Parts: sequence; structure tokens; C-alpha cells
Amino acid sequence: MTTSPSWRNPDPRGPYHLLIIGAGPAGLIAARAAVRGGAKVALIERNLLGGSCLNNGCIPSKAIIRTSRLYREMRDAEHFGGRVPGGIAVDFPAVMERVRRIRARLSERGSAERLAAMGIDLHFGEARFAGPDSVTVGGNVLRFKKALVATGARPVRPPIPGLEEAGYLTYENVFDLTECPQRLLVIGGGPVGCELAQAFARLGSRVTLVEEDPMFLGHEERDAAQLLSDALARDGIEIHLDTQTTRVRVEGNDKVADLVNDDTKRTVAVDQILVGVGTAPNVQGLELEAAGVVYDDARGIPVDDFLRTTNRRIFAAGDVCAGNRFPHIESAAGRIVVANALFLGRQRLSAEAIPWCTFTDPEIAHVGMYVTEARQKNIPVKTFTILMHEVDRAITDGEEEGFVKVHVREGTGKILGATVVASHAGDLINEISLAMSAGLDLHALARVNQPYPTQSQAIKMAAGAYVASRRTSFRTWLMTKWLSW
Amino acid sequence: MLDDELLDHLQRGAFGYFADEANPANGLVADTSRKDSPASIAVVGLALSVYPVAVERGWLTREDAAARTLVTLRFFETSAQGSGADATGYNGFYYHFLDRESGKRVWRCEVSPIDTALLFAGILTAGAYFTDATSTEAEIRALARELYGRIDWNWARNGKVAVAHGWKPENGFLHYAWEGYNEATLLYVLGLASPTHPLPAASYAAWTATYQWERIYGCDLLYAGPLFIHQFSHAWIDFRKIRDPFMREKGSDYFENSCRAVDVQREYARRDPNEYGTYGPDSWGLSAGDGPGLRTMRVHGRERRFFEYTARGVPYGPDDGTIAPVAALASLPFAPALALSAVRHFLELYPEWADTWRLPSGFNRNAPGADSRGWISEGSYGLDQGIAILMIENYRSGLIWKLMRNSPPIRTGLKRAGFEGGWL
Ligand SMILES: Cc1cc2nc3c(=O)[nH]c(=O)nc-3n(C[C@H](O)[C@H](O)[C@H](O)COP(=O)(O)OP(=O)(O)OC[C@H]3O[C@@H](n4cnc5c(N)ncnc54)[C@H](O)[C@@H]3O)c2cc1C
Repeated sequence: MTTSPSWRNPDPRGPYHLLIIGAGPAGLIAARAAVRGGAKVALIERNLLGGSCLNNGCIPSKAIIRTSRLYREMRDAEHFGGRVPGGIAVDFPAVMERVRRIRARLSERGSAERLAAMGIDLHFGEARFAGPDSVTVGGNVLRFKKALVATGARPVRPPIPGLEEAGYLTYENVFDLTECPQRLLVIGGGPVGCELAQAFARLGSRVTLVEEDPMFLGHEERDAAQLLSDALARDGIEIHLDTQTTRVRVEGNDKVADLVNDDTKRTVAVDQILVGVGTAPNVQGLELEAAGVVYDDARGIPVDDFLRTTNRRIFAAGDVCAGNRFPHIESAAGRIVVANALFLGRQRLSAEAIPWCTFTDPEIAHVGMYVTEARQKNIPVKTFTILMHEVDRAITDGEEEGFVKVHVREGTGKILGATVVASHAGDLINEISLAMSAGLDLHALARVNQPYPTQSQAIKMAAGAYVASRRTSFRTWLMTKWLSW
Repeated sequence: MLDDELLDHLQRGAFGYFADEANPANGLVADTSRKDSPASIAVVGLALSVYPVAVERGWLTREDAAARTLVTLRFFETSAQGSGADATGYNGFYYHFLDRESGKRVWRCEVSPIDTALLFAGILTAGAYFTDATSTEAEIRALARELYGRIDWNWARNGKVAVAHGWKPENGFLHYAWEGYNEATLLYVLGLASPTHPLPAASYAAWTATYQWERIYGCDLLYAGPLFIHQFSHAWIDFRKIRDPFMREKGSDYFENSCRAVDVQREYARRDPNEYGTYGPDSWGLSAGDGPGLRTMRVHGRERRFFEYTARGVPYGPDDGTIAPVAALASLPFAPALALSAVRHFLELYPEWADTWRLPSGFNRNAPGADSRGWISEGSYGLDQGIAILMIENYRSGLIWKLMRNSPPIRTGLKRAGFEGGWL
């Protein structure tokens, strides 16, 4: 949390082995790892400890998603042979109270006092580079041997005429709502837009979701995006793909948005608009020029595979990095930076098997390569697909929607990547990430014993399908040889 | 009824659609038999392919078929091409839907490369079939060559590698491009073979780079959800034993792939993951087609969402319990016994379909309809009737396949796409 009234920034103990700007996940993980390794660490934060992940990102969104899933299940009770007594009324203030409680509980773990007790010099204030090896904060100059910029990002404000005047929500303030909007327009069908659109729909909003691309989650596999589209529609969301929001205006108490798809024009009147069209890196005001760090206002700070910036002493990690394909790899990035900056490490980001997940229902998780990427690299790929409706536990749980697809190099069990669409895809993908990190192939996964029944049986079934296919081709080969004698 | 007799009925019944729905003045054929339906250029392509079948089966005289074909080709030759909003086509391509009388664009629809490809599959079938020295047939061949040469396939790439889904004068190219395996094989083959504006070979390679080779329900196949994708290019091209680099890598071919697609469809129907209770070994065929309409309702205690016309597919959906009976019938060359068994089953459920022998676009026994047997799509769709005739014919005599094996654009296009082996 921000400074308590009694908080005093420590006196600088320069030069720091590692000076970190930004106490989001990337900064915090790096700070803890560095101080554990015996380094002298300064951590500078201008706002709330925990960054957007804790305060208005991963944590509050997952908390609200949980409650919204509960409401969905209550409405589906009959399907599970259950009955909900009386009507189902959403108590929105109670939902938000739970979000705040969870946020407060988790922020305890990374409180200023705890960080200070670990030996981290925590400075609250706006950090600015004063030179290639120094930063100013609150009138103090802090010197460093190595630095990490982990200042994160902020919501992009789309230049839609009338939007600013009408007012809108972003992830920065949506969790401050005290009333559930009856009608909500969500602009942006990326992870944030889809997760929140579904959560609000389940909490009772009439949601319209607009995405300018022809499918949601642009980088995901077509089938995954298709399943998500169906799921969102089932939650009653009015979906407009391939659609632009061209103008917003206020009419009485309504915010009215013009939507254009192709040459069809539509108007929607709503109570609130939530914008989730991506983030812009926090690079302004850091005076990166003074440190010789090249950056781009829109794209962020370019880094190499070791997460170094153009100033070899300065690293960058997390959402502030340019071309960051994995916005959520702060933890891996924080660890890599500490190893490379302080302990002569040569750890590469590209060597990591980094999974990610969009926590809609069903969840959509991915690790490693997509088929298209592999094929573009001329790697022959084969995909072993198990539908969740083949999995006993998914059937007993009434969670049959989705699939596990494991992509392997054709003719081998080497895992190139995987996509999982399932109620708990974020958990299921871990087994594949583990296999990839440890260099295990599908043969090895087929031998893993699992309790029965579990949904992760889907992964073992995919591995089993691989083993069976090898046996069949070996048998065919053997038969051909035999018969040709 | 013997299989052959059944197929006779189905083929002849479907041909009735083209006899009823074609405008003799310009050859344009209605998209559906419903009132005020515009013409669809894809259905015209099917009609042009169906006429040779009609001659061979004795439903039309050769002269009549040639005359119908010539009227159609002359219409496409003389109709307005241009970027104006009410032209008939642009850069050699045509708008998807046309007014049946005036031949002008309707519904502010798109210039459609895939539907143009289906139209040209028909035009080239006509060019390959009408080889007599009569002036009518000579003109058909000349027009087929001329029209085909007029198409600027490269324009349809919009500066990218792959072909765009369409273009509208109001706002240019649609955002979609052909990605993943779908019915566009025919489009690429025709585009690659163009004598005037051929697609670069790289465009086919770029498209096939988006393919997914999957093992689903124990079956290895190049995945595409809706069954029609596994059928449309096959109406004209005999894919048995010819292989492009992708299929060589996988040790399969597109014909074999469609056979496997039938297996996957039936396995999905057997599992019936959404518990519709109306699928079975003879009740399968999820494909593009009409649906009960966009609505959500409780059926037997469960909330069900139904869709309108959409491309339904397995195993990832969408699946609202609607079966496209023609999708099963058009699987005839790939799985004759299974397709026939399914069609017999449909006719047992709906004996009145034998009144016209024209299968409807869809039926859904969970969605409310006129009686307890659920919803049935009204009238018939030209695409369904056309593909039914062609696939039955290919199964029975291989007529269209044989014709097109000798069509230079098909041969050249396949070769440029890297196909080898078999009859090629
Ligand atoms: C609604 C939502 C849901 C999300 N859900 C998930 C999820 O489920 N899983 C997932 O992996 N990711 C999720 N994300 C993304 C995730 O929150 C971010 O990727 C992550 O927070 C980035 O961490 P970071 O450390 O790079 O930056 P941040 O968390 O943004 O932290 C940067 C910190 O730097 C501080 N700062 C900036 N400039 C200065 C300065 N000049 N001086 C001092 N301090 C400064 C900021 O105040 C901030 O505290 C979600 C995001 C949103 C918006």
C-alpha cells in the first residue's frame, strides 16, 4: 500500500547493487530475489505496492470472476440436479467488498514494513534518471551499479470522438464501482475485455462487447476463440466482432455509442462504457534519455533476450518492455534480471516455457509455439487433441466444454506447445509447461500416474494417443516388412 | 428401394431446383426457393456444373443445356464490371448475390472470391463438357476462357500473401483472410492457374501454413469443423491419390481426409456431448446451413441456444442440434454405405421429403416446429441441391471429376500448388 503517515523514506545507501523502479510483480520479485542473494537493493514506487496486478489487474479481476462464476452456477443449478431456493439476486456491493477484502489481504504480504524488514530500501516517490548510474526520488539521489525499470503500463485511451466527454471506465477504476451497471458496453475483446464482459454479464449487466478484429483474443487459436465466442454469447453478451466504435455521445442519462461493422451502423445506449483496448508503457517522466536508454512512447523499452536495455547496466521487465508478447511474465523476468544483473547469469527469456491464460469461462491457456509459428519455421507439426467431453471428470463436473491440444514435432513426442480450453485451463497447462521446462516428451507424460478421475487426465490421454499412434505406425511398418519378405 | 433407384430420385429431385429457380433470360439461379430470394453466383456455378449431368442422365437435351449455359455466360460477359455500387462484378470477380432479373448487386453484399471460384468451377466445367464444333459450344468455350482470363486474382490479395474474403465498394476489403483448411482449395487452384493474373505459388504455401493436422477421436486428419469444407472443392477435383506438399508430409490425401472427416462427424454424433439425444450413427452432418433462428429457450429442462444460418462444425461447434442432411448425402463418394444409411434414416423420419426428393437445408428435433418432429428448414437451398447432384454423380460415374481432370486450369493450378501423383 502507499506510505502510511509515519512512513519515512530511508537515507540512500548508495551505490545500490540493484535499484528497481516500480513495485509491481516484476519489481517486487526482482527485489526479493536480489536481497535474498545478499544484494543491496533500492525499490522505488510512486503509488501502490503490488502495481496493477494486485490493485486493479489480476487479483481484483480474479476475485470478481469467482463470484460471477458462482452466480452462473446458481442459474445452472437445475442442470446439475440442484435447486436454488428463492430467486437469485446479485448483491453487487457485497461482491465488491469481497474484492477489496482479498486485495487488502494479499497486499499485507508485500507491505512496506515487510519489504523494509527484508532489508529492501523502499522509497516512495516518482523516480527519474539523473544519469547513467543515478536516479532521483523525493529530492534524494540514489546511485546504482545495476538498475531495473519495471514501471508497468497504463490503459490506452482510444481516440473515439466523444468518449472522453462521456466518461468511461478502465481497469484502473472499474473495481471502484459501487453499483452494477445495468447496461455496459465493453470496448475491446482482448483478455481484459472478455474476462470483465463475462463477469459483469453474470453479475446481471446487459453487456455489449465490441471487438474490431474478426475474432476475440487475436493471438489465440481459431477454435479457442470460437469456443470463447460461443461461451460469451451463452452468457447473454451481445457480441459485435469486426466492429469499430466510431463515436460516443451523452443523451439524457445514457451514453450512446455508434458501432460500425462493415457498412452496417448500429447504436447502443448504455449506462457505463468499459474500455480495454490494451496498455501503453509507463516511460514518460522517467528521463530515460539521461541514462542512455532508448525507448518508444507507444511500444516501450526494447530489450534483448537477457532483458538488457541499450544501457548495459539497466534492465527492463514486465509491461514496460517493447514488443512484450508475454505481458504477465513478470515473475520469470524478475528472476532472469536478478540472475543476469547480479550473478553473471546468461539466462535468456526465449529459453523459458512461458504459459499464459485468459480467465474467462472456459479459460484459455497456452504455452510454447502455435501451429502456425511452427509451420512458418518449417517444423512439421502434429496435434494430439482430447476433447473435454472425452474426460470422465469433466463430464461429472459438467465442464465438458473445451479441449487439450498438444502440438508435437511430427514423428516425435517432443512438445512444441499446447493450447488448453477448459474450465480450469490455467491449472491444466502447468503439467505441459513443466514437461516443456524439464525437457519431457509425450512418452514421459504418458507414464505419469494420476489420481482418477481428474480433469488433467486429458493431458495423459493426449500423451496416450501419441503413444498409441506410434505403436500403430510401428506395427504397420513391421507388417509391411514382414509381408515384403 | 435399391440404392441406385434412391440416388436416381434424389438426383432428379435436386435437379428440379435448377429447372424451377433459374431465370431463362440470364441464367441466374436463386440462392433459395424462398420468395424474393436473389441469385447467388455460387449456385449459378453449381447449375453450370449440373447441366452436363442433366444431359448425361437424360433430363435435358444437349442443345437445351448448351443454350442455358450460353445465356448464363453471355450474361456474365456483358454485365457491368466496375467499382460502382450497383455493378455485377469488379476486376473479373462477381458480387455474391445478384438481382435475378437485373443481375445487379443486392443486399450491399461483397465481391466474393470464393463464390466467384465456385461460379468459375461451373464455367470451366461447361468449357470442358461442351466440346462439340457447334457455334453454341464454341462460343461457350471462348467465353469460358475470356471470363476466366479477366479475373485479377492478385487484386484479391490486397497486397498480402493470402486472398481476402471479399471487397465492398463502400469500405474496401473485408478484414477476414482465408486461414486454416477450408473450401478455398478450389479458389487457390483456379487463382494459381490464371493465364493472366496468377496468384504467386507462395500464396498457396502461406495458406497451407495455417493448416492444423490433428488427431481427434483417434483419427489423424486435416481439421475443419463443418462438413461442407470437406466436400466443396471435391465436387470438381478428384483428390484421390494426388498430394500437395502438406499431404505428402502427412502421408495422406484430401480425399482420404474427407473420409476421416466423416468418421469424426459420426464419432461426435455418437458421443453427442451436448446431450441433444437426436444424433446417432445415421443422424449426423454438422455443416453450413439454415437453422431454427437466433433464440434461447428451455427444452426438456435445459437451456438451449439455436442459431440461424451458420457454419456448424465438430468437434468445437457451434452445435445447436441442427443437422444438415445434404452434408451426409454429399459424403457419398467418401463413405457410400454410411451416407446412404443416413439418408434412408432421414427419409424414415420425414417420409414427406420423398414428395419432392429435395432435402431441406436443416432439421432440428430439439427446436420447436410445425409438429413434434421439430424444426425443418423451409424450402430448399441451391447450394445443397447442387452439391447433392454433383457428389452423387461423382460417386456413380465420376463424370465431373473426369471432365475436370482434363481441364487445363485445374491441372495447371494443382501442379502450381505442388500436387503430384495419381492421375496428375
Ligand atoms: C484487469 C486485468 C487483469 C489481469 N489479469 C491478469 C492475469 O490474470 N494474469 C496475468 O498474468 N496478468 C494479468 N494482467 C496483467 C498484469 O496485471 C500485468 O501484466 C502486470 O501487472 C505487469 O506487471 P509489471 O510489474 O510490469 O507492472 P505494474 O504491475 O503495472 O507495476 C508497475 C509499477 O510501477 C510504478 N511506477 C510507474 N512509473 C513509476 C515511476 N516513475 N516511479 C516510481 N514508480 C513507478 C507503478 O505505480 C506500478 O506500481 C491483468 C491486467 C489487467 C488490467
